[in-house]
Amino acid sequence: MLKDSDRIFTNLYGYHDWRLAGAQARGDWDGTAAILAKGREWIIDEMKASGLRGRGGAGFSTGMKWSFMPKQSDRPHYLVVNADEGEPGTCKDRDIMRHDPHKLVEGCLIASFAIGARACYIYIRGEFYNEASNLQGAIDEAYAVGLIGKNACGSGWDFDLYLHRGAGAYICGEETALIESLEGRKGQPRLKPPFPAQAGLYGCPTTVNNVETIAVAPTILRRGAGWFAGLGRDKNTGTKIFCISGHVNNPCNVEEEMGIPLKDLIEKHAGGVRGGWDNLLAVIPGGSSVPVLPREICDTVLMDFDSLRAVRSGLGTAGIIVMDKSTDIVKAIARLSKFYKHESCGQCTPCREGTGWMWRVMERLVVGKAEIEEIDMLEDVTRQVEGHTICALGDAAAWPVQGLIRHFRPELERRIHAYKGRGGTSLPMAAE
Amino acid sequence: MSAPFVLTSDNEALAQRIIAKYPHGRQASAVIPLLDIVQRQNGGWLSREAMDFVAQRLDMPAIRVYEVASFYTMFNLKPIGRHFVQVCTTTPCWLRGSDAIVHACEKRLGIGLGDTTADGAFTLVEVECLGACVNAPMVQVGDDYYEDLTPETMTQILDDLAAGRQPRVGPQSGRKTSEPLPGLTTLTDAAVQTGGTD
Amino acid sequence: MPKLTIDGKEVEVPPGATVLQACEAAGVEVPRFCYHERLSIAGNCRMCLVEMEKAPKPIASCAMPAGDGMVIKTDTPTVRKARRGVMEFLLINHPLDCPICDQGGECDLQDQAMAYGFDRGRYEENKRAVKDKNLGPLVKTFMNRCIHCTRCIRFATEVAGVEELGATGRGEHMEVGTYVEKALSSELSGNIVDLCPVGALTSKPYAFVSRPWELAKTESIDVLDAVGAAIRVDARGGEVLRVLPRLNDAVNDEWLADKSRYAYDGLKRQRLDRPYVRRDGRLQPASWPEAFEVVAKRLLGTTPERIGVIAGDQVDAEAVLALRDLMRGLGVQSLDCRQDGAKIGGPRVSYLFNTTIAGIDQADVCLIIGSDPRWEAPLLNARLRKRYLARNFTVGLIGPERDLTYRHQHLGNDPSVLLAIADGHHPFADLLKAAKAPMLILGMGALRRPDGAALLGAARRIAEATNMVRDGWNGFNVLNTAAGRVGALDLGFLPGQGGRDTAGILAGAGDGSLDVVWLQDADEIDASRLGNAFVIYQGHHGDRAANRADVILPGAAYTEKDATYVNLEGRVQRTKQAVFPPGEAREDWKILRALSQVMGRPLPFDSLAQLRTALAAANPVFGAVGVVQPAPWASFGTLDPVDLMPFGRAIENYYQTCAISRASVTMAKCTDLHIHGREIDDTMERTGSYG
Repeated sequence: MLKDSDRIFTNLYGYHDWRLAGAQARGDWDGTAAILAKGREWIIDEMKASGLRGRGGAGFSTGMKWSFMPKQSDRPHYLVVNADEGEPGTCKDRDIMRHDPHKLVEGCLIASFAIGARACYIYIRGEFYNEASNLQGAIDEAYAVGLIGKNACGSGWDFDLYLHRGAGAYICGEETALIESLEGRKGQPRLKPPFPAQAGLYGCPTTVNNVETIAVAPTILRRGAGWFAGLGRDKNTGTKIFCISGHVNNPCNVEEEMGIPLKDLIEKHAGGVRGGWDNLLAVIPGGSSVPVLPREICDTVLMDFDSLRAVRSGLGTAGIIVMDKSTDIVKAIARLSKFYKHESCGQCTPCREGTGWMWRVMERLVVGKAEIEEIDMLEDVTRQVEGHTICALGDAAAWPVQGLIRHFRPELERRIHAYKGRGGTSLPMAAE
Repeated sequence: MSAPFVLTSDNEALAQRIIAKYPHGRQASAVIPLLDIVQRQNGGWLSREAMDFVAQRLDMPAIRVYEVASFYTMFNLKPIGRHFVQVCTTTPCWLRGSDAIVHACEKRLGIGLGDTTADGAFTLVEVECLGACVNAPMVQVGDDYYEDLTPETMTQILDDLAAGRQPRVGPQSGRKTSEPLPGLTTLTDAAVQTGGTD
Repeated sequence: MPKLTIDGKEVEVPPGATVLQACEAAGVEVPRFCYHERLSIAGNCRMCLVEMEKAPKPIASCAMPAGDGMVIKTDTPTVRKARRGVMEFLLINHPLDCPICDQGGECDLQDQAMAYGFDRGRYEENKRAVKDKNLGPLVKTFMNRCIHCTRCIRFATEVAGVEELGATGRGEHMEVGTYVEKALSSELSGNIVDLCPVGALTSKPYAFVSRPWELAKTESIDVLDAVGAAIRVDARGGEVLRVLPRLNDAVNDEWLADKSRYAYDGLKRQRLDRPYVRRDGRLQPASWPEAFEVVAKRLLGTTPERIGVIAGDQVDAEAVLALRDLMRGLGVQSLDCRQDGAKIGGPRVSYLFNTTIAGIDQADVCLIIGSDPRWEAPLLNARLRKRYLARNFTVGLIGPERDLTYRHQHLGNDPSVLLAIADGHHPFADLLKAAKAPMLILGMGALRRPDGAALLGAARRIAEATNMVRDGWNGFNVLNTAAGRVGALDLGFLPGQGGRDTAGILAGAGDGSLDVVWLQDADEIDASRLGNAFVIYQGHHGDRAANRADVILPGAAYTEKDATYVNLEGRVQRTKQAVFPPGEAREDWKILRALSQVMGRPLPFDSLAQLRTALAAANPVFGAVGVVQPAPWASFGTLDPVDLMPFGRAIENYYQTCAISRASVTMAKCTDLHIHGREIDDTMERTGSYG
């Protein structure tokens, strides 16, 4: 198990002072100017060497992403931090912002410096009112003592940091939708190319990073790329905050090493599956957008990008949704379909029309009111959405359904037969 | 059309501070924050006048403001009760019993989802994932999250609100934030600098 | 120049082209709904997906910049499946009301369904129901049919310059509309009907009137303003049922202004369908020979000095020439084609829009004087806006302040500003001098004034002082508002030696020094001032002047004749007869030719061909159809003092500017709504049984 001394978020649960004094006592803002003095190239190289992959779900190399920003440009550069945490099963950024906001503020300065940005916007979901309040407090403190603002940390780098609250739209977690929203429009994803690194916020070169990605950067640079790269597994390095929800005895957030076995994670930190491991039905391992895994895969799978990809799922945001055998798995996935239907921005055809279609068929499958062939038809509809949309929400809506059909087709068939056997009347189903 | 909307002086100052966050000519960026301000001033919902005010204040075509106001779920285009109870029912909350929470609310308030109590005290709605999944089930009332709910604690919260008492915000189970309920499994090493207690 | 391989065929496209355009260049058709070459790229319908080598998933070809070495495949199982999928998604919530849909037969969705649709649906759920929107008297909505391509929103925002349409809500509940029920405050709103790829937006006046395949389609030219937009007149059984724009990049792109599109119902109301002669103080029906005899007797019995002739705003060149020659033959000198008293008529360059409409694209500074192009020439205004959107275009306005749909400096509202610029004492003069391609637009709000000639002179001085006329560039422009005006001026339909102009004719008729006044389609004068003169009215509508007439000779409207018009640029264009004139009405030149016969002074042409030869002989510009012949620079205008009173408007009500538009019920509704601000009670229209 990861040693506490290797944990980055040492105030994850908020036992300690989140303000500047507490943060500094935990090591934040230590030698920030010296880090900046090493220059953009060094920072980016160090981030590459650490192997850090974006913590927002896509898992792209952070150092590589930063290196995509133009070196010279007559336009302003921007860092935009994606704090629109809304992937069902995920609540890690919330803890960072309310309990360790200075890690994020310091990270914003360093990352902005590395990409040549003099201004950074943190886009926080509007519902996180109290979290925004703490984060704004941290920003104000940092300004007050000169850690950010003009000549930040005495580094000679002028840097402004602004907090921007959203107003309720999951899609704004998609980076270009987030930029649209930040510019004052509906959160509808943009066509790519151009990518934000060429034309992002206000048409200027922009990097969008997740809260956790930015918040871990100062510690990585302080302790060295080698330290971070030495944790976890090859190409899946470092630590990660996991969110364990659903049918476990003790749902919780916990920072652990990348590549930790799913079973260890659940048993050591979340008190095990309700009713014991054998009572496990399935796990959605990376937030609602990734396909569900049945029990037999959960026994052995490791929690990192590549291991989960190998079992046709994904690490995503590391939001682990555990379902025991009492779960109506069809209803659990149908509820996700409803979520994606609700959160589809409506811009492009396959997602706007497909999410509603998938949800409606899923609702019928919950009670078995369908024909057997409709399972394949539903699968086909998911394929018509997947890969054909402007952004990844279409994929995210398709994959949970695909995962369900892949692993639980017999259950779907059973319900259809049962429904027919009852003469076509649906019986009330238990919620759990 | 009724009287034009005007910001209070405090809110006007706040609006100016917000607009100043964005580059010159990019004041449309402030549309969401300004809609939030006018919604709060307007008793929790956006009237046509309130939206038109924002459009004018930010030099935006009104339709662009209507688009924004109707896109984001936190904007209410109809009046709501004094306490806006939003129950998360997305899968992680549903797995932990959000149906029972909805039922407890409906029973205590005597209304269904989407309704407002006759006295205008409560509006009850279902919402999508609010990002507190390890503290499921949960609701948001106004700006605050109430977590680790049971039908009993939910009912108690509503009782408190109805009586004008401020319930304790956060987990109702007794644990601190997102830690494992029985006790910490990490961050127990005293040698790790933790920066004093909160 | 990027070189791509499309379905195995190599093509080279200009930099900045998209993959879709490259496909078109390779002769490969790519289906699309949201993409439109004159609108920004939305990429939302996903119908144009193609496969690109090395890309993990299909790409939207409309939005992907063409890159060198790209290998594109448009006809693979993946592409076909993707398009079929999109098609199916578009259809699941689309009503199956094609049999009663006005878009039927010219619907993109219908057409694409032939190629990519299934013969049966797999969607077993309930279809979405969307409330229809009230967008005013011109555009009817059936929002269940909307496929959310956002073309209408982009048109309103980008081309029309009125940001009033949007998509509210989200996901499957996203709805296109104005959110607050209101008509678009644009003179170009009807174009969204053409742009809508389905039957969500249809023409309200045309609702349930006809099927496209029943219509005889005639390519013609619009005459309701002086722009001369290319149109197609759709008729059935002698009745014009709709007017649509045709593509003409030089003039109207593919847009049409609302009056030109929707005033057509005025073509069948208030029509003069037989000759009338006033007997016993009342206009009474007469036969052609009776009418001719009365007219011939009057004309031949009156000395030419006591005859005045005014040609109206929509008179075609053929009629102008016939009338001119008939009258000149009698020795009549009092001819005028300027009902409004505009002080124009000098060298050709002094009354044309010399820059040309397409030439606006090259301009970088523009000074507008006494003109509201938005109402006087909406399509030309759209071109100015298009230029504005392309950036680095400065516009100054002298005249009443106006939302022109593009940003401009309002320099003032009286001629002192004009004089200051002409004298180089105004910062805008420096802007014009420094410009690469400066232009000015002088409108009828200035030229109609008594001091119009002096204002014209001042505008010429500005043009000369700022080097507006140079090799390959002429920035001096007059914005004419009457479709027949330039042609009539080109034929010299102006007072001759000792002749009277319009004001003189009216005064002479009023004080008894004129005995006969011939009004050729002239309804914009004050007919009550004609005193006791014997009035002959030749025209198509019983509008303002016909009531005052002593003889009415019923003529043909622009949809009913093959006629020549010269647009404000000086472009010679021709209308084509789409329907016959009503009743006994005839083409105007034929009436004049027949009259000349009765008078014993036959005009020297018996056919349209002969008449057109005569036109070209009268002025060579008529020899070249479709083109603009640059006019040489010359001296014009006066240096007289100008009056410093503010400029007025040339047009008080865009929707009613001529006999046709005044007879139109649709235009009356638009006037109620947009001019008088009266909300229209739409309840009747919703039932489909209105009118």
